[in-house]
Amino acid sequence: MALDQNEVLAGLAEIVNEETGIATEKVQLDKSFTDDLDIDSISMMTIVVNAEDKFGVKIPDEEVKNLITVGDAVNFIVNA
Amino acid sequence: MTQRIVVTGIGATTPLGGDAKSTWAALLAGESGISTLEQEWVAKYELPVTFAGQAKVPAAEVLTPQEAKRLDPSSQFALVAGREAWADAGSPAVEPERLAVEFATGIGGVWTLLDAYDTLKERGPRRVMPMTVPMLMPNGPAAAIGMDIAARGGVRTAVSACASSTEAIANAITRLRSGEIDIVVAGGAEAAIHPMPIAAFASMHALSRRNDEPQAASRPYDTSRDGFVMGEGAGAVVLETLEHAQARGARIYAELVGGAVTSDAYHITAPDPEGSGAARAMIAALKQAGARPEDVVHVNAHATSTPVGDIAEYTALKRVFGDHLSNIAVSATKSSTGHLLGGTGAIEAIFTILALHERVLPPTINLVEQDPEIPLDVVTSPRPLPDGKHLAISNSFGFGGHNAVVAFSTYVA
Repeated sequence: MALDQNEVLAGLAEIVNEETGIATEKVQLDKSFTDDLDIDSISMMTIVVNAEDKFGVKIPDEEVKNLITVGDAVNFIVNA
Repeated sequence: MTQRIVVTGIGATTPLGGDAKSTWAALLAGESGISTLEQEWVAKYELPVTFAGQAKVPAAEVLTPQEAKRLDPSSQFALVAGREAWADAGSPAVEPERLAVEFATGIGGVWTLLDAYDTLKERGPRRVMPMTVPMLMPNGPAAAIGMDIAARGGVRTAVSACASSTEAIANAITRLRSGEIDIVVAGGAEAAIHPMPIAAFASMHALSRRNDEPQAASRPYDTSRDGFVMGEGAGAVVLETLEHAQARGARIYAELVGGAVTSDAYHITAPDPEGSGAARAMIAALKQAGARPEDVVHVNAHATSTPVGDIAEYTALKRVFGDHLSNIAVSATKSSTGHLLGGTGAIEAIFTILALHERVLPPTINLVEQDPEIPLDVVTSPRPLPDGKHLAISNSFGFGGHNAVVAFSTYVA
C-alpha cells in the first residue's frame, strides 16, 4: 500500500525535529533541506537512515543528493 | 619577567553537584557522591562492582535535546562545565584568535564507541550514525567547548589517563606564557560508567568491591581501602594572563604558579614504589613557582584509595617535603567524589583553588583507621586556612606512568 503524502510529510517533520530541533510546522514541501532549513550533511544522513526505518523504504546514498527539498524526499518515499 | 597567570572562572559537574558551587558545598559538608548503580546492565552482566559516582545532575537535563544528541556524555559534561566556567569568568569579549582550549579526557567517547559497535553487529553498517566519529574521538569534549565559545587560538586534548586534566592545565601555562594567546578554558571530562570499563577496571582489581557500603568505599589512607571508585563528570577553569585579567577587571580566584609533567617508564599501571617520577613533577612545579617545598601548606593528593597507589604517593611526598611534610594539610577529595579519571585533576584543581580563595581546606571522608604507613596530616573536617599568602599543589598520576602536578597560590596583587 502506497504511503500517504501527508502522513509521510508529518513523519519526516518529526524526524527532522528530533534531529535538529526545527519546529515541525517549518518542515514544508517547498523547503530546501540545506538552504531553508540549514541542515548539514551529517544531520541529513541521520534523517535519511531514520526515515528508512520509519517508512520501511530504502533510500540509496546516490539518491540522497537529489533530495533537495522536503517535497523531493516525501515524493521519493511515497513512490518507493 | 615571567607572565603571571590567574584563575578567573570555574565550572564543574560532578557526583556531588551539577555546578562548582554545589559541588564545593557538598564536599565541605562531607557528603559522598557514590551510590549503587540501578541500571539493568549491572545485573545482566553480573558485574563484580555495583556502584559508582554518577553525575548528580545528568548533562542531558541541562543541554538542549539537539545538543545532547550530537555529543557523547563526556562531551556533554565538558560543555556543561565549560559554559559554567566561561560565564563565571564574565563571558568576556575576547579576540577568538587569542582564546584557546586545553581540555582532556582519559578514555574518550566510550559510550558512543560501544553503542555504535552494538548497532553495527545488530543492525548493520547503514545504521551506524554519521556523528559516531566526532562523538567518540577523545578531542570531542575540547572541540565542543571550543565551538561553543569560538576559541580559534588552538583546541587541544591531553590524554594521559588519570593525569589528563592536570596535564591540560599545565599545558595551558605553556600556551599562555608563549604570548600567542591571552586566555584559556582548561580542564577535563570523563563519562565511563559503562559496563565494559567497569568490567575492565574490575578485572585488573583496581576497583573497590565494597558493594554493600558504596558511600564508604572510597577511603584513601584507611587501612581497609580496597580500590578506587569510578566517578564521572567534568571540571573547567578559565585561566588568563594577569595583564589580560586586570585589563578587563576580572574577579581573580587564585594564581596558577606552576605546572609540570614527568613520566616513570617503570610499569604500565603500577606506580613506581620509589615515587621518583611523581616527586620530580612536584619539584618541577614548585621550581616554576619560584617556591621551596617549605612554602607549601596544602596538597590535594591523587589518593585514589588503592592499597599501593596511596603509599607510593606518600613516598613521593616524603621525598619532596621531608620533615616539612608533617606541616602540610593533605586532602583526599576522591573520598567524596570518586575518581573521575580524565576529569579528576580538573575538579581537584578547582578544590585547591577554592581552598585558597575561601580559606578552608576540604575534608577527607571515610578515614576511620589511618594506615600507619601513611602518617600524613589528613584533613578530616573543613579546616580554616589563616590569612596570608599560601601555596598549594594538586597531584594527578595515571596509568602509563604519567605524573602531573599543578601549583596554585593565593592571589596577591
